[in-house]
Amino acid sequence: MISQHYPVLHVVLPLIAAPVMVLARHGGIAWLLATAVSWSSLAVSVALFAQVADGSVVSYAIGNWAPPWGIEYRIDSVNAFLLVLVSLIASVVAIYSRESVAAEVPREQHYLFYTMYVLCLAGLLGIAATGDGFNLFVFLEISSLSSYVLIALGRDRRALMASYQYLIMGTIGATFIVIGVGLLFLMTGTLNLADMAARLPGVTETRPVLAALAFLTVGICLKLALFPLHLWLPNAYAYAPSAVTAFLAATATKVSVYVLLRFYYTVFGESVVFAALPMGGILLALSLAAMFIASTIAIFQDDVKRLFAYSSVAQIGYITLGISFDSATGLTAAIVHLFNHALTKGALFMLLGGVALHLGRIRFRDIGGLARVMPLTSFGVVLAGLSLIGVPGTVGFVSKWYLVLAALEAGAGWLAALIVLSSLLAVVYVWRFVEVAYFREPSEAVSRLKEAPPSMLAASWVMVVGCVYFGLDASTTVGGAAQAAATLLGIGR
Amino acid sequence: MTVAGHYSYWITIVIAMAGLYIVIARGNLVKKLVGLAIFQTSVYLLYIAPGKLIGGTAPIVAEGFAVYSNPLPHVLILTAIVVGVATLALGLALVVRIKEAYGSIEEDEILGQDPAPPGRTP
Amino acid sequence: MSPAETLLAALAVPIAGAGLIAAAHRVPNLREGITLATAVTLFALVASLLPQVAAGDRPAITLFEVMPGIALRLVVEPLGMLFAVIASGLWIVNSLYSIGYMRGNKEAHQTRFYVCFAGALAAAIGVAFAGNLFTLFLFYEALSLITYPLVTHHGTPEAMRAGRVYLGILIGTSIALFLVAIIWTWQLTGTMEFRPGGILGGDIPNATVGLLLALYVFGIGKAAVMPVHRWLPAAMVAPTPVSALLHAVAVVKAGVFSVLKIVVYVFGVDAIAGLTSVDWLPFMAGFTIIAASIVALRADNLKRRLAYSTVSQLSYVVLAAALLTPLSIIGAALHIATHALGKITLFFAAGAIYTAAHKTEVSQLDGIGWRMPWTMGAFAVGALSLIGVPPAAGFVSKWFIISGAIDAGHMTAVAVLVASTLLNAAYFLPIVYRAFFVAPPDDGHHAHGEAPLAMVVALVLTAAGTVALFFLIDWPLALARQLASG
Repeated sequence: MISQHYPVLHVVLPLIAAPVMVLARHGGIAWLLATAVSWSSLAVSVALFAQVADGSVVSYAIGNWAPPWGIEYRIDSVNAFLLVLVSLIASVVAIYSRESVAAEVPREQHYLFYTMYVLCLAGLLGIAATGDGFNLFVFLEISSLSSYVLIALGRDRRALMASYQYLIMGTIGATFIVIGVGLLFLMTGTLNLADMAARLPGVTETRPVLAALAFLTVGICLKLALFPLHLWLPNAYAYAPSAVTAFLAATATKVSVYVLLRFYYTVFGESVVFAALPMGGILLALSLAAMFIASTIAIFQDDVKRLFAYSSVAQIGYITLGISFDSATGLTAAIVHLFNHALTKGALFMLLGGVALHLGRIRFRDIGGLARVMPLTSFGVVLAGLSLIGVPGTVGFVSKWYLVLAALEAGAGWLAALIVLSSLLAVVYVWRFVEVAYFREPSEAVSRLKEAPPSMLAASWVMVVGCVYFGLDASTTVGGAAQAAATLLGIGR
Repeated sequence: MTVAGHYSYWITIVIAMAGLYIVIARGNLVKKLVGLAIFQTSVYLLYIAPGKLIGGTAPIVAEGFAVYSNPLPHVLILTAIVVGVATLALGLALVVRIKEAYGSIEEDEILGQDPAPPGRTP
Repeated sequence: MSPAETLLAALAVPIAGAGLIAAAHRVPNLREGITLATAVTLFALVASLLPQVAAGDRPAITLFEVMPGIALRLVVEPLGMLFAVIASGLWIVNSLYSIGYMRGNKEAHQTRFYVCFAGALAAAIGVAFAGNLFTLFLFYEALSLITYPLVTHHGTPEAMRAGRVYLGILIGTSIALFLVAIIWTWQLTGTMEFRPGGILGGDIPNATVGLLLALYVFGIGKAAVMPVHRWLPAAMVAPTPVSALLHAVAVVKAGVFSVLKIVVYVFGVDAIAGLTSVDWLPFMAGFTIIAASIVALRADNLKRRLAYSTVSQLSYVVLAAALLTPLSIIGAALHIATHALGKITLFFAAGAIYTAAHKTEVSQLDGIGWRMPWTMGAFAVGALSLIGVPPAAGFVSKWFIISGAIDAGHMTAVAVLVASTLLNAAYFLPIVYRAFFVAPPDDGHHAHGEAPLAMVVALVLTAAGTVALFFLIDWPLALARQLASG
């Protein structure tokens, strides 16, 4: 029965597709394969999500080597949620990428683009599904290396430097992670995450364990772009091809958050992370810095993509803020914001990609009067922007609600005030776009623009509609997030 | 164990810091990659050294031996070396493309060539 | 049609209308016809609910559950019924007026105007029929956003600056204060429903109640309690039909409606009557009344004077709500209706003067009454209503508010109300006097007549309505009594 191989199938399919694409050497075939692979991964992920919705765990031994000696793929409600998210984004971006990549990447490189795309997908799904520490590092590097290549394929030559800087910082981060895993391996004698969790309480020498925690935290925070380790993100998002920005903005940092949660709650446990160490306080301080400083920097950006990249850094601050509460509501807020932010930023960057198709670099001085020539795109940006602000009826509101609730439950009214205040910063930069796009006269260059091609527009609007739909009916997303939070806290000691 | 007995860890730390220093302090893109490779090498040492157990023999089952060295770290590090090689190759390929695009591989020269980072619209 | 279906239709009709208006972009007469038809349909639907609510029924419908435990829910209760009838009824008249104004001034972007109008009415109906705090907040925010294109209609730098102030204050206060208050209420009580007698329960500390009330009152920026009132004069940059809408029908009434509803159904009039932490509210409202009246007195621009008059009159409702007696609650509810009719008349007149004579300042209005008798006559009637002179409807609401103040033993409030009546007279009566009893300046200005017919019909209708309401005060009074007792 193929369904018993589901935990590994969604990783294997993209991995097999990659060399096939290289051999085929044809952009169209590569795109078809990439789309097919993304959609089948989505189907598998949804099936897995349904399986673990009641809190059960699916365990799969690779090559039939039983854990903890063999590599185990372990699906519970936490990573099932993430698997659905990543494959969903990949599926939508695959549709979107046809026209976008055709315009932004040289024709002879299309098949290589899609090869890297499926490798990145395989890497991200592998990180989410695996239950083995070193396997996690391997897939982390697979996804990272392929994303370096994807970013470097951008039109602007600055994409090359952006990719290089991301490579340096990302590799340091991954190496820190592998040092952390190595220290844990040395102390517990196992690489299997669940087994580590069982053995850690018995370890008497705690200093290497705490050192491992420190290395893992820094490494993961580099990957998830928590302030001040976010320096690679703005350039990488601004200069990469639009489809890549949309895909990475919606998935890469989210998967890193998952890795953080997995290590903190499943392996180390609350008592070590939040009680013995002031991790909650540190995360809180950095999150607040991210929320305010990044939003403020965003307000002054001239390049629209860069503005929303900084906005992403701020939104990641919300996620880590939710984690820092170490409560059920806080974790629910963080996990639901993973999904909500992915939808919002995916929609935004896809819509901006439609603008960038012919315009190239999008700067505020270049897009005056955009709404007149690209009404659907502009309105989509407004809707997604409202979601960033957190207007009720959009997904952003749901996340804000639970964050403020978590702050009030923790007795930190001042924190609730800070959360809503930072939303007001988002109003400023979203309204900059509204004023420029709707109230200025279109320039020559803008008048020559047309609405984005149907496939791109449809894909972007699927995400925008998702932003509104899941903002009005959040029971599935909040339910999934709450279940995931409960699982994490339940395992924690 | 004595402090000196942990010599493998000391060497690991020295190599790691040397590698990180090169990455941060050098502006030449290729030298940065060299530093990165050195940093990654320290990790290999971190894994492998503790794998050799005191009094342990090669990990092949044989009569009369009770303690075997752990082969798992070697396997892990083979993987890590491959990852490191891939990273280095990718990095160098990027440097080649950067040289073609900018004509230099010094970081400050490259960053100086592009227009200043975009500021506020007037 | 069952009540629940009527509720749903009341929300759906203006939204559908907006779509149809957009589709009829190229055929202006059809487009305007759709607006009027939608307005009439909406009014019919809303009015059909009136008998049931008057009898004590509370039609309700739950649309969907948004988050676990939090649903989008519509419930009709007396105050909401009153607001909805006023809003939908005045939309018909306002649409008539808009047709005259937009065509008379040859305004651009008319389709956008009518579409956003319909959307704003949908949001207002949503606010009126909100069954819990979340639904109220959702439609409240929607109202702010949908009226932004109306405020910035002209697209000039001045309009955009005003739009920034408008949205900045409204969204700023709603997210920073109102939302926090709602989530805090949810965390304290576990519910967001509106219940007669309040939902706070007795064991919330005094200081918390006071703080919560402050967050609500200042968070509901649309009620324009000082100092969050600045958006109102800023919004005067919009075309006059928009100002009429903002100041009589949708936005400001949504604000004071929300404040009154929250005081009655979240805090509970009797529950907080004895607490010291809510004592500041009557003083804050009283200060707003007097201060705004003084600014109005000194304003020469007619619309600016009307704007500050509105700020002042809105705080009548807040003051009445804050007095926490049955009579003052009745007065507050009635004032929502009476002020709406009176103010819309005044704004209609201001717009008519601008369209016909291109005059905007009070000092330019000498002798204009003879050229525009209908307009200035209606203006006089509206002014009398706001001052509180019978047989204009404003008299009744003021009577109840003052009675409520005496009942509460709040002599400062009585003094404020009396003083502001005098101030109202001071800034309205001179306009009427100058229009009819001072000779027009001989400046060679080209002769002009009355405003376009549609505008004149509209303002005569609302002026007549102001007087008619005085005689037909029974139905709003019955609803208000239900509110105060239920």
